[in-house]
Amino acid sequence: MEKRRVYLDYAATTYLDKEVLKEMSPYFTDVFGNANSQHLFGRDAAKAVAEARVKIAEIIGSKPNEIYFTSGGTEADNWAIKGIAAAYEGLGKHIITSAVEHHAVLETCKALEKKGFEVTYVPVGSDGVLDLKAFENAIRDDTILVSIMYANNEIGTVMPIQEAVAIVKKQNHRIYFHTDCVQAAGALDIDVNKSGVDLMSVSAHKFYGPKGIGFLYIKNGVKLDKLISGGNQERKMRGGTLNVPHIVGMAKAFELASLHREKNNAHIQSLRDGFIDRILSEIDNVYLNGSREKRLPGNANLSFEYIEGESLLMSLDLEGIAASSGSACSSGSLDPSHVLLALGIKIELAHGSLRFSFGKSTTRKDVDYTVDCLKDIVNRLRAMSPLFYQLPSKKTNV
Amino acid sequence: MYTDKVMENFRNPQNVGVVENANAKYTVGSPECGDIMEMSMRIEEDVIVDIKFRTFGCAAAIASSSMATQMLKGKTVDEAVKLKNTEVIDALGGLPPQKIHCSVLAEEAIRGAIEYYKNGRQE
Repeated sequence: MEKRRVYLDYAATTYLDKEVLKEMSPYFTDVFGNANSQHLFGRDAAKAVAEARVKIAEIIGSKPNEIYFTSGGTEADNWAIKGIAAAYEGLGKHIITSAVEHHAVLETCKALEKKGFEVTYVPVGSDGVLDLKAFENAIRDDTILVSIMYANNEIGTVMPIQEAVAIVKKQNHRIYFHTDCVQAAGALDIDVNKSGVDLMSVSAHKFYGPKGIGFLYIKNGVKLDKLISGGNQERKMRGGTLNVPHIVGMAKAFELASLHREKNNAHIQSLRDGFIDRILSEIDNVYLNGSREKRLPGNANLSFEYIEGESLLMSLDLEGIAASSGSACSSGSLDPSHVLLALGIKIELAHGSLRFSFGKSTTRKDVDYTVDCLKDIVNRLRAMSPLFYQLPSKKTNV
Repeated sequence: MYTDKVMENFRNPQNVGVVENANAKYTVGSPECGDIMEMSMRIEEDVIVDIKFRTFGCAAAIASSSMATQMLKGKTVDEAVKLKNTEVIDALGGLPPQKIHCSVLAEEAIRGAIEYYKNGRQE
């Protein structure tokens, strides 16, 4: 087998689209002014920022002044949650989130717990989708904020955000609804009029835009405290000189993702489905984690029984294939994924799980090469595994 | 993250399998922790004439097992029980801090196997 370099970790980050880079390029060198300066250099930069804001607002169906630029998804999540908590703690100190959120949300909630807030972590079903009944039951009189991700970063499951928003607003109009949309943006229609959310976090580097830039959508009328104090930028809500080239790049990338969404999704999903089908039919004792239907088009998360995930990941790496165990942010740790455990998956299976995430440049050859390598690697590692031999009915193919 | 020596032992682990007619064997770890290491040995006149391992675990666990078995083949049981996890780490050219426990697992598996051998011999 001829060795290839295969990137199947698009959920961790994407490359920057060349067209996006071209759009950004003048804003590093020629149009370098501070967007808050009054002079002509500043005005040119401010014009680019204003145009980017309009472009983004059009895609999510909001008003331009509801878009607030941030350093990325993590800052947007922190701001939404801490900002609402600080602004409304007088009304209540209860927050609802899910058990499978990204660490940017979970750790922010944990930080608030230390400050006297109470947080309910709503479970998901074995399909990895939010349990709406449990969600409804979690709402209390002192609940001030709900934060539920639009789609999960590890298993790609898409949450019933519209339904969850309806439940909240039916019960209590005072509760604000935030969604971490980092994984869904680019792949799904995240129009805020359809979902009805009050706050939404987005990061550009998941849809072929630059890293280190994102935005928080804040519906007009929602008051929250600042996270970053400083100058008058972002309608006095977020200090810091605007990162003009990145803002321009994010808008361009978002525009392209939105424009080509159906075409890209069809390509990505067909490769992803072919991958899952081949793995499940050609390798024994492999399980797909999370709902197959309610799932982002580019995500496959699989448990390989009798094998530990890191050794699988390293073996793939030796063959030139990049995948991920858990999320990239937690792959240094030895704990199995909190997401997989929340699905009720056995801990040893959670240890043997990998995420393969597909993107617009993934090819059929990439997929076939990966499956072929996986078959060999799985056989090799299982032949080494005492767990595999302990079962008399299981014979290795090696 | 890993040294070349670790990767070499992970890519081409030595002494994988189970020793036939083993008179020393031991398993440490648990699937919940994500590591299981099994050592089997043939010991004759207190000398380890054959040693093999099977490991469910990360690259560091597999490399530690492979290295430990290579270090012990031909050694006496008294030498084997003295093997320290730090010696395995040194032989591997180092392990990342969060993977040190993999080498400890190898040390425990070897001690356990030797103990099994000693208890068996007394019976």
